[in-house]
Amino acid sequence: MTTIQPNTGPTKAAPSGGQSKSRNQLRNTLLTIVTYIIALSFLFPLIWMFMAAFKTEAQAIASPPIFAFTPILENFSNALSGYFPALKNSLIAAVGSTILAFILGLPAAFALAVYPTARAQNVLTWMLSTKMMPAVGVIVPLFLLFRNLHLLDTLPGLILMYTTMNLPLVVWMMHSYMTEIPFAIYEAAKVDGASVAQEFFIIALPLAMPGVAATALLAVIFAWNEVFFAVNLTSSDAAPLSVFISSFKTGMGLFWAQMSAAAVLTVLPVLIFGWVAQRQLIRGLSFGAVK
Amino acid sequence: MTIAARPTTTTASQPAPKRGFKFTPGVMIWPAMLYLILTTQVPFFMTVYYSFFKYNLVIPDDRPFIGFGNYVSLLTNPQNLLIVWNTIVLAGGTLILTLLIGGILAMLLNREFAGRALLRTLMISSFLVMPIVTAVIWKNMLLNPVSGFFSWVLSSLGLQPVDWLAQFPMASVITMITWEWTPFAALILLTGLQSLPDDQLEAARLDGASPLQEFQHIVMPHWAQAIQVVVLMETIALLQVYGEIYGSTSGGPGLATTNLPYFIYQKAFAEYNIGLASAAGVLTVILTNILAVYLLRMISRTSASNKGG
Repeated sequence: MTTIQPNTGPTKAAPSGGQSKSRNQLRNTLLTIVTYIIALSFLFPLIWMFMAAFKTEAQAIASPPIFAFTPILENFSNALSGYFPALKNSLIAAVGSTILAFILGLPAAFALAVYPTARAQNVLTWMLSTKMMPAVGVIVPLFLLFRNLHLLDTLPGLILMYTTMNLPLVVWMMHSYMTEIPFAIYEAAKVDGASVAQEFFIIALPLAMPGVAATALLAVIFAWNEVFFAVNLTSSDAAPLSVFISSFKTGMGLFWAQMSAAAVLTVLPVLIFGWVAQRQLIRGLSFGAVK
Repeated sequence: MTIAARPTTTTASQPAPKRGFKFTPGVMIWPAMLYLILTTQVPFFMTVYYSFFKYNLVIPDDRPFIGFGNYVSLLTNPQNLLIVWNTIVLAGGTLILTLLIGGILAMLLNREFAGRALLRTLMISSFLVMPIVTAVIWKNMLLNPVSGFFSWVLSSLGLQPVDWLAQFPMASVITMITWEWTPFAALILLTGLQSLPDDQLEAARLDGASPLQEFQHIVMPHWAQAIQVVVLMETIALLQVYGEIYGSTSGGPGLATTNLPYFIYQKAFAEYNIGLASAAGVLTVILTNILAVYLLRMISRTSASNKGG
């Protein structure tokens, strides 16, 4: 622990002469190599999966493993038949629930940010505390209710649950973005006789758009990756990608190349979104606590 | 952090306009609140209600009230204590590992070196992978005793291949979930480090602070909030781990990797034992809240004493 300096400023090598400078350089190089080794070992399972997706089944399962091979695309065309219906369901559930969460959450975030009452913080805390409600605390009555309402294995049912999951996130994130809008802008609008609705639609919404984009991205990712509700509330008609992938748990799991192709198709959209929006992602993942 | 619908009266103080709909701040908060109450609080109270009945979907008409019977049978069966223990070991073990590895990674990434921005961007990858994908890829392609990658590594080192999920089931599951959550910890901790001004460290060095003192008195106070975020978010998420277990070990072998969520899933959807599953659900909610509140208190106390000392 002591050899790892939390910060390498330009000041570090200053006090002493050339010898310690080159020693510092050596240490820096070593630390960089260590960093790369740790990072690559974290990436390895994914690299391995991407490689297997382009191998034949025999190459994929070969031991010792094969690192050089002629890539093929056959696995993807094999995986597609199961993939497309699940992709459609995942897209509708993720986007639909995100839109619904914004319709419900944006006005609330605005009101809590711009018209904070004494209890605004309580409301926010309470909304966050619903995240401490494990899904298993609500799944049984929801399952029975969904069965009676014929919502089992339907996309509306899935959208309802994903909205619950993402609504606290939307309110917290949008609250954090909307409190960043200078209050003077609202004051000026009020002086000009703007109504609450006008303040919301004409001032707050356009100015908070970057926040909306970042938060929506995160909400879509969470809904896309959700497993528990998907497995327990859908079976075939509304089964999203997580249920499709779980078919590789056993039997189909023997087909490593095809499984990898399906996994790549499932993971890649989220990975690309995440890489592009990494900065905003951190803010969202910490509910705005870390910017 | 109570589950009860405490602040439902928040907006009641707003004088409700009598004539027609008006766009007031109070009206804007209600839809979101109502939605959350209907989809979390109401089902939770129904879970509490079901937990007092002997209720199996196989015989839906015979539903006698048995009071705390489900809770008694849950808490007196030593097997179930193992499940509570598994839940805590899995969440606690993963939390500690992600904080340690994530902390080291954060410090390593907080240096200037070629490719730093690219590495930081790629680092988030394993966190973005769907849990069920993590499970099937690790189970089949990495941990498989015959042709898995780790077995090849062992045998090329001249060691016996290991059936990881059978011989070390809990450690394997913790490894898998640590792989997923370390980037989260690392990146949050990294932003904490970046808020640390360079001149503070410089001043401490000029005063002759040792690296350890530097870490304890300058880095740690800055890290407190980031650590708090990591601990809270991970505790809530890790107590609910389901997909990784569902996709890899199915809770086995035996009960070795069955945690509360997986246990409840089995009781409710394999045995249709609604009453018992509900009671276990209520216990999970209580456990989650106690742990989250306790951890938060502990952290805020530690960071307060750090600042004081």
